[in-house]
Amino acid sequence: MAHYHTYILTCGGTGCRASHSPQIVAALQQAVDDAGLSDEVKVIRTGCFGFCEQGPIVKVVPDNTFYVSVKPEDASEIVREHIVMGRKVERLLYISPETGKHVPDSRHMEFYKPQMRIALRNCGFIDPENIEEYIARDGYAALGKVLRMKPEDVIREIMASGLRGRGGGGFPTGLKWKITREVQADCKYVVCNADEGDPGAFMDRSILEGDPHSIVEAMAINGYCTGASKGLVYIRAEYPLAVHRLQVAIAQAREYGMLGDDIMGTGFSFDIEIRYGAGAFVCGEETALIHSMEGRRGEPTVKPPYPSECGYKGAPTNVNNVETFANIPPIILRGAEWFASIGTEKSKGTKVFALAGKVNNVGLIEVPMGTTLREVIFDIGGGIKNGKRFKAVQTGGPSGGCLTEKHLDTPIDYDNLLASGSMMGSGGMIVMDEDDCMVSVAKFYLEFTVEESCGKCTPCRIGNRRLLEILERITAGHGTEDDLKELKNLAAVIKDTSLCALGQTAPNPVLSTMENFWDEYVAHVRDKSCPAHRCRDLMSYYIDPKICKGCSLCSRVCPANAISGVLKQPYSIDQTACIKCGTCMDKCKFGAIGVR
Amino acid sequence: METVKLTIDGRHVEVEKGMNLVEAAASIGVKIPTLCYMNLHGLGYGNGPGACRICVVEVEGRKTLAPACKTSCTEGMVVRTHTPRVVNARRTVMELILSNHPKDCLVCPKNGHCELQELACSLGIREVKYDGEVTSFPKDMSLSIVRDMDKCIMCRRCESACNELQTVGVLSAAGRGFHAVMGTPFGESLQDTGCVNCGQCVAVCPTGALSENSNMADVLRVLADPAKKVVVQTAPAVRAALGEEFGLGGQSVTGRMTAALRRLGFDYVFDTDFAADLTIMEEGTELLGRLKAYLDGDRSVKLPLMTSCCPGWVSFVEKNFPEAEDYLSTAKSPQQMFGAVAKSYFASKLGIDRCDLVVVSVMPCVAKKSEAARSEFSHDGDPDVNIVLTTRELAQLIRQFNIDFTSLPEENFDMPLGVSTGAGVIFGVTGGVIEAAVRTAYEVYTGRKLDRIDFTELRGTDGIRSATVDFNGVPINIGIAHTLGNARKLVKEVVAGTSPYHAIEVMACPGGCIGGGGQPYHRGDASLLAMRATALYGEDADKNLRKSHENPYVQQLYDEFLGEPCGHLAHELLHTSYYDRKPVVEECIYSIKNNG
Repeated sequence: MAHYHTYILTCGGTGCRASHSPQIVAALQQAVDDAGLSDEVKVIRTGCFGFCEQGPIVKVVPDNTFYVSVKPEDASEIVREHIVMGRKVERLLYISPETGKHVPDSRHMEFYKPQMRIALRNCGFIDPENIEEYIARDGYAALGKVLRMKPEDVIREIMASGLRGRGGGGFPTGLKWKITREVQADCKYVVCNADEGDPGAFMDRSILEGDPHSIVEAMAINGYCTGASKGLVYIRAEYPLAVHRLQVAIAQAREYGMLGDDIMGTGFSFDIEIRYGAGAFVCGEETALIHSMEGRRGEPTVKPPYPSECGYKGAPTNVNNVETFANIPPIILRGAEWFASIGTEKSKGTKVFALAGKVNNVGLIEVPMGTTLREVIFDIGGGIKNGKRFKAVQTGGPSGGCLTEKHLDTPIDYDNLLASGSMMGSGGMIVMDEDDCMVSVAKFYLEFTVEESCGKCTPCRIGNRRLLEILERITAGHGTEDDLKELKNLAAVIKDTSLCALGQTAPNPVLSTMENFWDEYVAHVRDKSCPAHRCRDLMSYYIDPKICKGCSLCSRVCPANAISGVLKQPYSIDQTACIKCGTCMDKCKFGAIGVR
Repeated sequence: METVKLTIDGRHVEVEKGMNLVEAAASIGVKIPTLCYMNLHGLGYGNGPGACRICVVEVEGRKTLAPACKTSCTEGMVVRTHTPRVVNARRTVMELILSNHPKDCLVCPKNGHCELQELACSLGIREVKYDGEVTSFPKDMSLSIVRDMDKCIMCRRCESACNELQTVGVLSAAGRGFHAVMGTPFGESLQDTGCVNCGQCVAVCPTGALSENSNMADVLRVLADPAKKVVVQTAPAVRAALGEEFGLGGQSVTGRMTAALRRLGFDYVFDTDFAADLTIMEEGTELLGRLKAYLDGDRSVKLPLMTSCCPGWVSFVEKNFPEAEDYLSTAKSPQQMFGAVAKSYFASKLGIDRCDLVVVSVMPCVAKKSEAARSEFSHDGDPDVNIVLTTRELAQLIRQFNIDFTSLPEENFDMPLGVSTGAGVIFGVTGGVIEAAVRTAYEVYTGRKLDRIDFTELRGTDGIRSATVDFNGVPINIGIAHTLGNARKLVKEVVAGTSPYHAIEVMACPGGCIGGGGQPYHRGDASLLAMRATALYGEDADKNLRKSHENPYVQQLYDEFLGEPCGHLAHELLHTSYYDRKPVVEECIYSIKNNG
């Protein structure tokens, strides 16, 4: 009989898998076997730890030693040194950028200190494909508790917790459940929206990969409360690992009687089916999602009627996002009061963010509502990469806006972000530094929404396209003052008249960057220059004759033969031939080449 | 009726609960402009995707503008339809539509009838601020319909017509975002799809994206050819609607139309109603034959007999229910009967070769163009009907020929193929064919004169109607459907062997031929269809002869030429056969499904 005293946890999320984490797991297991410790040390493949910046991660429990950027060939050393000899493998430990010293365990990492993991409680801790590990962490206890309660009481508890939808809209979850419950119908559905589509966001994927049972359990609880006996998970087909783990979880839940007929002998029956999305961003909008599941074109319809009244196949349908569901079991077990004690007045609990962009620590984080952007970016995120200056942070994905220095101390919650001209969204957070051109950033997001528009309503189909074309003109140096005026008008009309939230929020990146970085727009239009030197059509490379030594290296590396000169005399660039690739500047050993 | 009170533009109004804002506003004389919205009240069919966003209005308490067509009136609602915000949004949306729409209005088939053109005019659009990418798609055409998707504004009316009204399922939104457009399955050309050419898409298209395949030039050519004798036949529904093009709506303009056709230069102006009487002789005889066989105990006889006058319906059966082909009457449609008789009987009367006789027909229908081109309706390569014009095309020709329609005298059709009974006239309205058949079949079967000629129980606008007519103690069950969606229900019963009827009349278009795809545009005004029906029943009532078998020239035709109804020559000239015409693509899918 095995009696484990040490656990070696290895991240098995999509990111770390791409960096050979399965081979690391196999090598660790081999090393443990070779050391004859297989009855004492357990090697576990978990979900995402969140510290994706330096994956793959290997964590040794109980001492919480946190090894980063591990390679398969490091496995034997970890087992030999750490497990057998009791000496930490120094070279694999995380080095704090502030102190430059090795950090012995995760508890002392700035990345984790301010975090509070409720939705991510099991991610990076349990084997997501093992229901018993989930049960050992109080899994399905909430379902058991709920089944002995009245549905109304459960809903009251969820309402009291103050939980709001984590998919972006922030609609009170308990209220949605209540509405769905109160509609009289023979057949109702519970839908889990796992159509995560914001660029760079992977909150839902990580939860499904790291803790799929929490979703299964929460959906069953929702089914019990709303009177639905059927659950559907709408998930992107591009999430194969999440799909697999969910399939495993559903099968195990059925086997253990947590799904199926007469769950826990209470007479309540519930089962879950998986539906695959084809990667259309707009299918994250609940009516579009439902049409897609029905086999129809994935496009939204006008609300009302809301899905809670008339959803999948015309039946009342409760649609909640993955992260929302992940919060349900802890609320049930620890109580609404506990949950409501976390966060701000109107935004309770925690929020998971996918931190990305120009920060030192990119990854998946979960912080209490009310944490400031500064704490997230500079404490957890470890500040801006390469010592550059912070410029902006984009929250809320393509529907959100860019926030600046002046917003850094704003406590993050639904209402503050909205008031600042951005939004919570599903939790994407992209940090930008001084090298980023804000007009180009707005253009990037708009390119995304234009690409993802379903094409149903005029303002989104044509309006956003025209908005993008104006931005393209501006970044190409052809913008006019009228363009600036029209950007504002068009953006406002699109927001005011679009059919669904995709169209209504698509101009947000444009409006918020215009609001906060008006000078940059003006510079592009009036001066035909890009202050961040990002817009190729608006910049030019030049050689400073005072610094140039006439070594000729630049002219030799120039792919366009645009640089000429006489040896040992200053060279010059023919602007008409220059393709602005920047190779000359990269190669110049004297720093003689600049950009303006 | 539950009502709600609301305020629109400062005026109080009380309307039925659930009514949308467009209708509510209209009730107090506020005409909110619409584009995608269309409601055919009487026919239980409409289009309201809420997609164009032209009808947006301000609703107090709402963050964004609301589409009036998709917003139900609620108690206390305060609505403003022309604030600067609304007007600016509406004009901007209109400009956006126009920015991706060809500007060749002067040479567009919809010139003068275009809803987009009228709306741009009424909104006072004088310039389009936006320019940029313009979508371009290859033109597509069948023998009946031309699709120019460059002009599509994604109002989705054709989609509703094709899918909801007709259940044909050919036209549907395809592509995403800016490149979304109404497409066919797999982008096939219309003629290779399940399209039955009913033309209801053309009837509702607000722009020139869908139009009839015009044959006006062909008519001009033959009229100018001295070597040809050109005869024209006009379908019953044409006379009930042609006047609308010249400000003479709501009345039958048979006499003026005849005069106009003569002035266009046709050598003989005949009437399809004559052939309708002939159809009754053949189809009625066929029905009686099948009935008698059935009553005599022959259970292999195919009952119910389904009418075959409507080419959209015939095509629908061939493409969707080839197993039901034997239930269709083998009698050709009146158009084709006329062609066959003209090219044989009448050509020989004139003493000319059939190839020197050109038969032109004027139809309320675009499917007739395809019907005339069927190979089984030609003799040694010479079609029985050479050219088919729609009502709209005839109106256009009349204008081109400088004819002042309103001042024309009333003239009569030529002899002998211009004489008809009231039974022939009502062929143009739903229930009319079967009423005409009953008038004749009853008298032939029972040998007794009808006490009453009007079978009002067969009339009406319900999509599916049924009635039982007592044939001297034998109850004959009759089913009537108009629109193919309703027809599908009846034909499904036929295929399943559960149809309670002995005879079924189907017309593919709403209201019958009066609502055909070649008629003047009804713009969603169902009362127009009602007026056309009234006009036809009025003309029937005014006739001395109201039963097909009483038509002296039909009798003469049998005596001089054809012999007996359903006799040998009649069979050769007046009957046809049907084919399995399932689209190739569907066949492939079917075989893949069944053979793995």
